[in-house]
Amino acid sequence: MSNAPDIDPETQVDTTGHEWDGIKELNNPLPRWWLWSFYLCIIWGVGYTIAYPAWPMVNSATAGLLGYSTRAEVAEDIALVEAANGPINARLTAAELTEVSGDAELMQYATSAGGAVFRTWCAQCHGSGAAGAVGYPNLLDDDWLWGGDIESIHDTIAHGIRNDEDLDSRYSQMPVFGEILEEPEILSVVQYVKSLSGTPDNAALVTAGEEVYLDNCSACHGDEGLGDIYQGAPNLADAIWLYGGDTDTLIETVTYSRFGVMPPWQGRLSEAEVRAVSLYVHSRGGGQ
Amino acid sequence: MAFLDKHKILERNATLLLVFSFLVVTIGGIVQIAPLFYLENTIEKVEGVRPYSPLELAGRDIYVREGCYVCHSQMIRPMRDEVERYGHYSLAAESMYDHPFQWGSKRTGPDLARVGGRYSDDWHLVHLRDPQSVVPESVMPKYDFLERRRIDGEHIQELLATHRMVGVPYTEEMIELASVDFRAQADPDSDFDGLLERYPGAQVRNFDGAAGISEADALIAYLQMLGTLVDFSTFVADANR
Repeated sequence: MSNAPDIDPETQVDTTGHEWDGIKELNNPLPRWWLWSFYLCIIWGVGYTIAYPAWPMVNSATAGLLGYSTRAEVAEDIALVEAANGPINARLTAAELTEVSGDAELMQYATSAGGAVFRTWCAQCHGSGAAGAVGYPNLLDDDWLWGGDIESIHDTIAHGIRNDEDLDSRYSQMPVFGEILEEPEILSVVQYVKSLSGTPDNAALVTAGEEVYLDNCSACHGDEGLGDIYQGAPNLADAIWLYGGDTDTLIETVTYSRFGVMPPWQGRLSEAEVRAVSLYVHSRGGGQ
Repeated sequence: MAFLDKHKILERNATLLLVFSFLVVTIGGIVQIAPLFYLENTIEKVEGVRPYSPLELAGRDIYVREGCYVCHSQMIRPMRDEVERYGHYSLAAESMYDHPFQWGSKRTGPDLARVGGRYSDDWHLVHLRDPQSVVPESVMPKYDFLERRRIDGEHIQELLATHRMVGVPYTEEMIELASVDFRAQADPDSDFDGLLERYPGAQVRNFDGAAGISEADALIAYLQMLGTLVDFSTFVADANR
């Protein structure tokens, strides 16, 4: 290999000196624009590593002249939104829950902020439209296990239901009647419960069932089966069923009991968010 | 620059070319990867992070086996929308005992890095059995077989020992008592004090509500502890990391 230019006779262009089986590579220059873009990228890259965190040193990487940090940025972003919503959140937290609906501006903020909270944290169980699912109550109807006024809804959301994390959570437990009653008694009480809101499959069992009901169930569910929101005992006479109102499901419910759980949201969410989502749920149509 | 003219030697010798290519790639790798092992701002010790309990680890294996990572990430990025939806952004230390990590790269379903405690055990059970019964919009397939498949922790000691080989600090005691702890965590009537001492913050419940230990028990135990180990009411993020 020599340093003298090796000119290709055909095109009068020098070659790179690369040769394979007599084939040589022409050394045509790269387009100017390409070359300059390439140089600019290198300069930009050097500037970037000076401006932003980049080079590893002994103990830590260079911090960069701009002092950029993703963690600081997200904290800043959150602080910005919190500052912007600060005054109205403070108003919401200070307001009497029952009076928020009278303040159009506050109510509009609460229901749209509450809607966002609902879709993030509540929709997985109660459905994106709040219509519930089997075992997870419909929040649109007038049937409330623990009360449908705004204060009760707020309390339920803040502390949850039957969880160990919050001592103030709503708590009740129906006995496992499979261990208390005989099978025929369960079958008859189920027929009685069905008769409260519809037609029993077997009318002959209703009278016997009523006796079982009054002895075992009426303390919580009431003599007429209207339930008791102070104990979280469902209304059995309104044809609204959390786990299903068919005979088999009712037998299962009475035999094994149910134990629906809801997490406490106080702590996970701010008080303003808990209030907003309470107002949102209350405003869906079922609120009392 | 005469030595630059010697490229012909490399270009004409395949083995030599391979050796030198490897050297170049190695230098790139060292520059990119090696600093991560000693730079203080990439190694952040965080209080509360502990190795997985035997039942959680078995659940994690099911998570990996079923390919949950294909649709669910476990990596909350430091952005406001993610933090608002999923909770505090993920810290590297929170996956320090993950082999392999489950950060994922695609979210057909939501991020699960902090799903622990967000839903009830019962919800998880119903949702694994038939996702559409609670979330009608969901495209998640059914995993109803999990609750029917019994597991007995037969190889749980080996599993812990294997994880220790790759750096998870399981003690002799933890490995010895792995199958005891495995059963204790799914049985609230068991003597689980030792388990809680070895794995602080472990949740002891009958996760699937049925007798015996099923794959659903293990998976739900794993899901319910995800993202719950670090107490973010006391954790102060160092902005420089």
